Amino acid sequence: MEINKDLMAASSTPIVLAILAEGDSYGYAILHRVRELSGGRMEWTDGMLYPVLHRLERLGHVEARWETAESGRRRKYYRITDGGRAHLAEERRQWQAVDATLRGVWRAVADALPSLPTLAATPALATPALRPQGA
Amino acid sequence: MPMPTDAAALDEQIEQWRGYLRRRQAIHAVDVAELEDHLREQVALLMDAGLAADEAFFVAVKRMGDLDALSREFAREHSERLWKQLVVAPPESADARARSTVEGGVAFALAVAAAAAIKLPTLFGQRWGVDEGFYLRSVPLLVLPFLVGFFAWKRRLAARTVGWLAVAFAAAAVFAHAYPFAPRGSTELLTAVHLPVALWFAVGIAYAGGRWGQVAGRMDFVRFSGELFIYYVLIALGGGVLTAFMALIFQSIGVDVEPFFESWLLPCGAAGAVLVASWLVEAKQSVIENMAPVLTRLFTPLFAAVLVTFLGTLAFTGRGIDIERNMLIAFDGLLVLVLALLLYSISARDPGAPPGAFDVMQVVLVVGALVADAVALWAIAARIGEFGLSPNRVVGLGVNLLLLVNLAWSVVLYLRFLRGRGSFASVERWQTSYLPVYAAWAALVVIVFPPLFRYV
Repeated sequence: MEINKDLMAASSTPIVLAILAEGDSYGYAILHRVRELSGGRMEWTDGMLYPVLHRLERLGHVEARWETAESGRRRKYYRITDGGRAHLAEERRQWQAVDATLRGVWRAVADALPSLPTLAATPALATPALRPQGA
Repeated sequence: MPMPTDAAALDEQIEQWRGYLRRRQAIHAVDVAELEDHLREQVALLMDAGLAADEAFFVAVKRMGDLDALSREFAREHSERLWKQLVVAPPESADARARSTVEGGVAFALAVAAAAAIKLPTLFGQRWGVDEGFYLRSVPLLVLPFLVGFFAWKRRLAARTVGWLAVAFAAAAVFAHAYPFAPRGSTELLTAVHLPVALWFAVGIAYAGGRWGQVAGRMDFVRFSGELFIYYVLIALGGGVLTAFMALIFQSIGVDVEPFFESWLLPCGAAGAVLVASWLVEAKQSVIENMAPVLTRLFTPLFAAVLVTFLGTLAFTGRGIDIERNMLIAFDGLLVLVLALLLYSISARDPGAPPGAFDVMQVVLVVGALVADAVALWAIAARIGEFGLSPNRVVGLGVNLLLLVNLAWSVVLYLRFLRGRGSFASVERWQTSYLPVYAAWAALVVIVFPPLFRYV
C-alpha cells in the first residue's frame, strides 16, 4: 500500500520513539519492527530511517551509542531519553485527537464512500523483512 | 552455504558501495558504518532465505534507497555538514586523529619558534624598525627554516635532502649578510626581494618531499603556495581586526599599545602565521574546494577585458606609453599577475577535458599581456641609454625577459592544444618545468648583483 510522503514523515517520529520505548534498538531491528507492527503496510525506504534517528538524537529524544555486536560488527544502538518519552506522550495525545476525529469522519461519510477492507483483515505476517521490495 | 569466493565478492561489492556513499559530503564515515551494518544484516537474512550473495546484495541496496535521495535526506538533517567543511574536520579513525593532533602540535610549536626567532636579532642589539635593511634581509632566513623543518618532519625527508636544504639556507645567510651593502641601497633591496623567492624553492623541495622532480609534485607546490597566500591574507585581516579592538579598548584605560604592537605583535604574529597558515592548508587541502582557482576563474575574464580595452585604446588614440622610472616594474607586475592567473587555472583544470571557452579567454589574456609588454619594452629599449643601467633596471629587464619567454611559449602550447594538435599536459609540464628558472634567477640576483654593482 502506498502511504503518502507527508503522512510517512509525520508518523515516523511517534513510531520510532514508540519502538524505542519498548527497548533499546538499532536501525535494522527498528525497521523490522515497523514492518511487523504495520503488517507490511508501511514500507519505509531503509536508508531514510537514519536521518530520522539522527534528527531525534539532535533534538535529544534519543541517545546513541556504539556497541560491538556478536558478529564482530560495530553497531549503533539508540535509547529513548526522558525527553523522548515526554515527547512521545505528547505525540500520542495529538495522534489520538487526529485519530478520533478521523474515525468520526469515516463514520459520518461511510455511506458515501466505496467499502474498504476492514482493518481486521490483515495479510499474514509472512516474514516481512524477507519480502523483496515491490513484490 | 556461501562459498568463500562469494564472501570475498560480497565484501568487494560492499566496499564499492561504501565508496559511493563516502563521496557524499552530507554522509559522514560514522553514518556509512551504520548503514553498512544495516546492509550486511539485510544481506545475511536474504541469503539465509536462499538468495545468492549478489542477488541479496542488489536487493539490500535497492531497499536502502536511491543514493541521491538518501544523501539529500542526510543533508536536510545535517545541513551544517555542507558548511562545516570550512573548519578542520576531525579525522574519522583514532589513529588519524592522533596523527593530526601531533601535526597540529608540531605546527604550533614551530610557529612559536618562528615568532621567537624573528625577535632573535634584538638580542644582538638590532632593534625592530631601526635597522630596516638588516631585518629585511633576515626575515626569510628566520622564518622559512621552520617551514622547511615542518615539511621535513611531515614528509620524512631523507637526511641527504635535509642536508642540502640546510646548506642552501646557510649559503643564503652568508650572501645576505656577508656583503657590505650600502645602507638603503638598491642592491640591498634587491637582495631582500629576491632572497625569499629563491628560498621559497627550498620550501618547495621540502614540500614536494621527493616529488619535486615530477610535474605533479611541483604543481602541488604551486597549489599550496596559492592557498597559503589566501589563508595568510585572511589571517592577516583577522589579526588587523584583533589589533584594532585591542588598541581601542586599551586606549579607553589610557594605555598605548602601539609600541607593543609594533615590536612584538606584528613581527611575531606575521612570522607565526606563516606556519599556522601552512598547517591549515595542509590539514584542509582535501576538505574544501581550493580558493585560488575560484578567484582565477573570476578574474581571468576581467583582466582579459581590461587588457584588450587598454590595447584597443592604445591603438585607437595612438598615444605612446609614457615612460617613467617605475613603468618597468609595473609591467613586470602585470606579467607576474597574468602568469599567476594562468598557473592557477592550469592547476585546477582537468587535463583530460576538451578545450573550452575559458581556455580561449586564457589565451586572449596572455596574448594581451604579451602585446602590452612588447609595446612597453620597445618604448623602454628606445630610451634605455638615456636612463642608464641601474641594478633595478637590469633586474627589471631580466625578469621581464624570463616572464616573456615563459608566457610566449605557454601561448604556443596553449594554441596547439586549442587546435587539437597537442595535449594539455604539455602546457602543464612547461609551466612547472619553468619554475626553477625563477629560483635560479633570484639566486643569481642575490649572489652576483651586489658585487657587480658595488653594493650600491
